[in-house]
Amino acid sequence: MNMERARSWDLRVFAALVALGLLAPLVVYPVFLMKVLCFALFACAFNLLIGYVGLLSFGHAMFFGFAAYVAGHLAKVGTVSLPFGLPFLGWHWIVIPIPPLTPELAILGGVLVAALLGVIVGAIAIRRQGIYFAMVTLALAQMVYFLCVQAKFTGGEDGIQAIPRRPILGLLDVGNDFTFYYVVLAIFCAGFLIIYRTIHSPFGQVLKAIRENEARAISLGYAVSRFKLIAFVISAALAGLAGATKAMVFQLASLTDVTWQMSGEVVLMTLVGGMGTVFGPAVGAGIIIYMQNYLAGFGEWVLVIQGVIFVVAVLLFRRGIVGELVAFFRRRAAKPAEPAAAIGLAKPAE
Amino acid sequence: MFELIGVPPQALFGQLLLGLINGAFYALLSLGLAVIFGLMNVINFTHGAQYMMGAFCAWMLLTYFGIPYWGALVLAPIIVGLFGVLIERLFISRLYHLDHLYGLLLTFGLALIVEGLFRREYGISGLPYSNPIPGGTNLGFMFLPWYRAWVVVFSLTVCLATWFVIEKTQLGAYLRAATERPDLVQAFGINVPRMITLTYGFGVGLAALAGVLAAPIYSVNPVMGANLIIVVFAVVVIGGMGSIMGSIITGFGLGVIEGLTKVFYPEASNTVIFIIMAVVLMLRPQGLFGTPK
Repeated sequence: MNMERARSWDLRVFAALVALGLLAPLVVYPVFLMKVLCFALFACAFNLLIGYVGLLSFGHAMFFGFAAYVAGHLAKVGTVSLPFGLPFLGWHWIVIPIPPLTPELAILGGVLVAALLGVIVGAIAIRRQGIYFAMVTLALAQMVYFLCVQAKFTGGEDGIQAIPRRPILGLLDVGNDFTFYYVVLAIFCAGFLIIYRTIHSPFGQVLKAIRENEARAISLGYAVSRFKLIAFVISAALAGLAGATKAMVFQLASLTDVTWQMSGEVVLMTLVGGMGTVFGPAVGAGIIIYMQNYLAGFGEWVLVIQGVIFVVAVLLFRRGIVGELVAFFRRRAAKPAEPAAAIGLAKPAE
Repeated sequence: MFELIGVPPQALFGQLLLGLINGAFYALLSLGLAVIFGLMNVINFTHGAQYMMGAFCAWMLLTYFGIPYWGALVLAPIIVGLFGVLIERLFISRLYHLDHLYGLLLTFGLALIVEGLFRREYGISGLPYSNPIPGGTNLGFMFLPWYRAWVVVFSLTVCLATWFVIEKTQLGAYLRAATERPDLVQAFGINVPRMITLTYGFGVGLAALAGVLAAPIYSVNPVMGANLIIVVFAVVVIGGMGSIMGSIITGFGLGVIEGLTKVFYPEASNTVIFIIMAVVLMLRPQGLFGTPK
């Protein structure tokens, strides 16, 4: 495999996409673009696990949605009250007075909490593999959902509304969506590059080895559980980054973002775009968000159509759109080699 | 009885009964999941939707055809089970050679389709289904509604019958053998693909049966299965899917624990099963009745 060439292609595609992203708000509604970017980052973070470690997390919405709540709370209220229980004395609160934060700090807070949640959930979930891993993450996400329903700071059914968007670093006014779009684009690019770097590092190679043959990776002396946990925490933190940014975009954090439906949606986006491909999840996110926008008036049909896409994708194109494209170009690139071999030139070693 | 930290016995035993009923549903559903998983290695995400279909089937039979509860108790599992057979033949059977995760994704998609169609047709407010055995008896310490007693007794009977068939009969022996080595069993002249199809149909039928039983207690509602199935997944993780009896015991046990939590610490009643799951995973990752692998 020619990895160097594949990588230089990746960078060229990425540069082209960034250029497109820079110009896009001139023609497309920026809020829609920001929504796509947030979900694209969310799907890329999810893909890090399913595509490169082979772990299907069916509960990624807990990081996405909970980070949104944390960021929203930090930006709107600030002050954090942490409960702790003492035997026989009941619950007490530690109050940490914090002023309402600017967006970048609020998002950072969301990311940190998502990473912490990732450590806890990851440590529990990686004790099982395959299908059980999916069920465990789903169940733990449902627990986080119930916690969000009951906790005071999330505002229950109302969510956290009217989250203020203060000037970033006290300097850059992001009150209008056009300016904030470029901030979101920068966040997406940073997240994307972190994932790209992770995949292509020696660490990422070990992850792929675990995906392909876990027993072999263990026998080679890799502490598989630790690698899985670190990958899980990176994925959770970046999903949190996406969620916290989304809360800033819509100035709203609500229960929708922590539901299992949201976990299912990110699976769908990644599946449609292509699991284990670099750009697939982002493409999938774009398609699904566009579809949801387009079908918004059709109510329950959205659910049905998403289900149909799931079924069709699993039965007919499991590699996803980008995966199929890559396979197509590989086949085409492989063809011209045949005539050369036929006349006895440069015959590859058997 | 009265020294129980100020909890009136009426509330305690009422919740205990409700816990047993929920436990019955957990047991029936996790039993179906375990049987399907054992033979097909597919986690049937559509299970919740099929439970919901069972309840709706009972409601439709009553509303459109005038068939009462007792008829629905027989007919609904058969109808929904046949639907399951159709799904297995059309879709799931194409995925056996792939990673099990694709089976999960496919059945998740099917669940979305079914739920979406029912929501579109019936909304999410829920439809009433009248109690076929009204009334009850006063036991002195609590009031026992007949229907609830019936649900607990009947589902326990169904669970034990399923256990008996799988563990103690020749058919069950075939089934268990096919779980271990489908190729060998097929070599002995048993039609394993048909067995798989029928097993799936049976598991789905159990889910539908739970749905019919639930119809008079909870309102018939397109989203009734979606939230339940996640709890059932946790139950399955806690019990481990290796043992049939394990599924039954875990199901009823967790239902009771959930009921007791509602009495003593209601804030945690939604999350207690998930917390137990986390603890079990830390201490015994293969589940209470699972075998380490």
